[in-house]
Amino acid sequence: MGDTLLSVETLTMRFGGLLAVNEVSFDVRAGDITALIGPNGAGKTTVFNCITGFYRPTSGRILMGGMDLAKLPGHQIVQRAKVARTFQNIRLFAGMTVLENLMVAQHNTVMPDVAHGLLAVFGLGGYRKLEADAIERARYWLDQVGLTARADEPAGSLPYGAQRRLEIARAMCTGPQLLCLDEPAAGLNPRESDELSALLISIRDGGCAVLLIEHDMGVVMRISDHVIVLDHGTRIADGTANEIKANKHVIAAYLGEEDPEEVVL
Amino acid sequence: MPGTMRDALKDAAISALIAFGLFGAMVGLPTVTGPGGKLSLDPQPLTVAIIVAVVFVGRLGMLLWQGRPKAPPKPISAAPSRFQFARIAGVVLLAVAATLPIYGGRYMIDNGVLVMTYVMLGWGLNIVVGLAGLLDLGYVAFYAVGAYSYALLSQDFGWGFWTCLPLAGILAAFWGILLGFPVLRLRGDYLAIVTLAFGEIIRIVLLNWTSLTGGPNGISGIPRPTLFGLKFTNTDDPGTFAGFFGLEPSLTHRAAFLYYVIFALALLTNWVSTRLRRLPLGRAWEALREDEIACRALGINVTVTKLTAFAIGAAFGGFAGAFFATRQAFVSPESFTFIESAIVLAVVVLGGLGSQLGVALAALVMIGGGEVFRDFNEYRMLIFGVALVVVMVVRPRGLVSGRTPSVTLGKGVHIGADMMSQGHG
Repeated sequence: MGDTLLSVETLTMRFGGLLAVNEVSFDVRAGDITALIGPNGAGKTTVFNCITGFYRPTSGRILMGGMDLAKLPGHQIVQRAKVARTFQNIRLFAGMTVLENLMVAQHNTVMPDVAHGLLAVFGLGGYRKLEADAIERARYWLDQVGLTARADEPAGSLPYGAQRRLEIARAMCTGPQLLCLDEPAAGLNPRESDELSALLISIRDGGCAVLLIEHDMGVVMRISDHVIVLDHGTRIADGTANEIKANKHVIAAYLGEEDPEEVVL
Repeated sequence: MPGTMRDALKDAAISALIAFGLFGAMVGLPTVTGPGGKLSLDPQPLTVAIIVAVVFVGRLGMLLWQGRPKAPPKPISAAPSRFQFARIAGVVLLAVAATLPIYGGRYMIDNGVLVMTYVMLGWGLNIVVGLAGLLDLGYVAFYAVGAYSYALLSQDFGWGFWTCLPLAGILAAFWGILLGFPVLRLRGDYLAIVTLAFGEIIRIVLLNWTSLTGGPNGISGIPRPTLFGLKFTNTDDPGTFAGFFGLEPSLTHRAAFLYYVIFALALLTNWVSTRLRRLPLGRAWEALREDEIACRALGINVTVTKLTAFAIGAAFGGFAGAFFATRQAFVSPESFTFIESAIVLAVVVLGGLGSQLGVALAALVMIGGGEVFRDFNEYRMLIFGVALVVVMVVRPRGLVSGRTPSVTLGKGVHIGADMMSQGHG
């Protein structure tokens, strides 16, 4: 068990009258695969969007490496806090090749600022070296997700499972400390789910913590070191996979609560 | 397929009726000035009948053609042979363009300058619209800023063309950033409307700020460019081009020189934008066009990326503007109306978003073609409109569509336009 990497403290997100997330707190440890589960509408994706800067939380703090992610501008969450994410509905650059997708992910490394971007037009600013390094890193991740042979094809032409893997590879190319995956196993067949599990474990073992939202309990229970359960915007359980399986609040949230009056005659 | 045939006939009849409604009065009832200046109608039933018949037959043919049994779709949208074609077409066009002043007469050179100006404007706007996917309907504003920058700097400070050219680009880029800031959060239609308004604001300011810009009278007597200090005039003084090289003085020299100036500027635009496309900045622009949210999730500063697209696109508009001012020797707000933005945008869309060759071809067809068809008088715009519709029906993503990858591991393939996003703003 590693040190605490990300610490969410009394996070609240309100959309007008709707309380989507209510004072949720949890920690993500370095070197763990942490799963965030819960029934539909529990507020999982909202928590994700707060962590990755797509929403500004109503209140609460999201601490990582001494920074409050709730206050950082969106693009700096990747650059400085090193949090990368994928989307529930895959968001690839469909008209660009697989390799180009991975190169765009390394934009901030290859082009530290606009001046470097413009100097590169004249071949200045050490751009060639940075570009070559970026291609090497892209090659590494292509290899990891088994897409090397399709590197020069448009991302939009890949089959669904390969698009999911490419999105993960793209997120990894930003060099994250924490990878946030929103339902990575959705729509995958059992064999692809197994491959995904293996990939996530290898990412974790490579030193990047993983935080995932997932409905496929097979995947969650098999690979998670730590599971957090949300229901109606509040945290109802937090523990190892086995603890969660036995937790009666969790069972009630998923299967519906037994109504005591109905039992008593 | 009797049902299909009947439907097609009905549809064609309706089209013919609409054509009759449109052209019946426009083409069929022209007015002629009779003796004594009296206007009278000169009915042209035959012309109208021909037009209506063409529309009927054309529509019927189109419907039957579309209704034919379909061939199975091609399995992949990748076509490597397109590369070869585009390369050869590009080289041929370049060679024709580079030698134009040698074989072309004065009229052709002047038209060449006009076409080349639009090629350059098209390539400049292509950065904003084609690569970054930001729909800009006010591109003429930057053209105007460039033109007035040179006009005012030369008038008030007596600076020459070559000094003012970079300044015009920088000033236009500055205005590009100024426009970019408020519109960063806008997308699609909203962005289009605000950029359109920006174009009009610039023109109206130029029109009304009489003390600075001369208002509707414009600025005249703008100096012509020189070649390393050699002037192009119709005399053979030692300080002139003709005098220095001992040539017969001729105004064609100046036309040819202007042609090569705009040719070089256009090539510069092309070189910078094709080069940028293969660099991180251009790749980020294209990624922005494909999916802005994914860009944010990858830590790309969307604000800066959009502003660079606006600024660099605007800078080339500014260069073209300075050239326009020096060529005409006169600028007035009348030259910078919305129709100019619309024409440049049409060049980009018709050519194919993001395609350098397509934009050049489209400018040649639209601007050059417009000149060629001048003999057709009032039918010119009609032919032009029909041609545009035909191109958009046959090739909805532009003359040359799709893109080539900016970086490859192996042999790159052409990516069909069906894969690409057109941007949302």
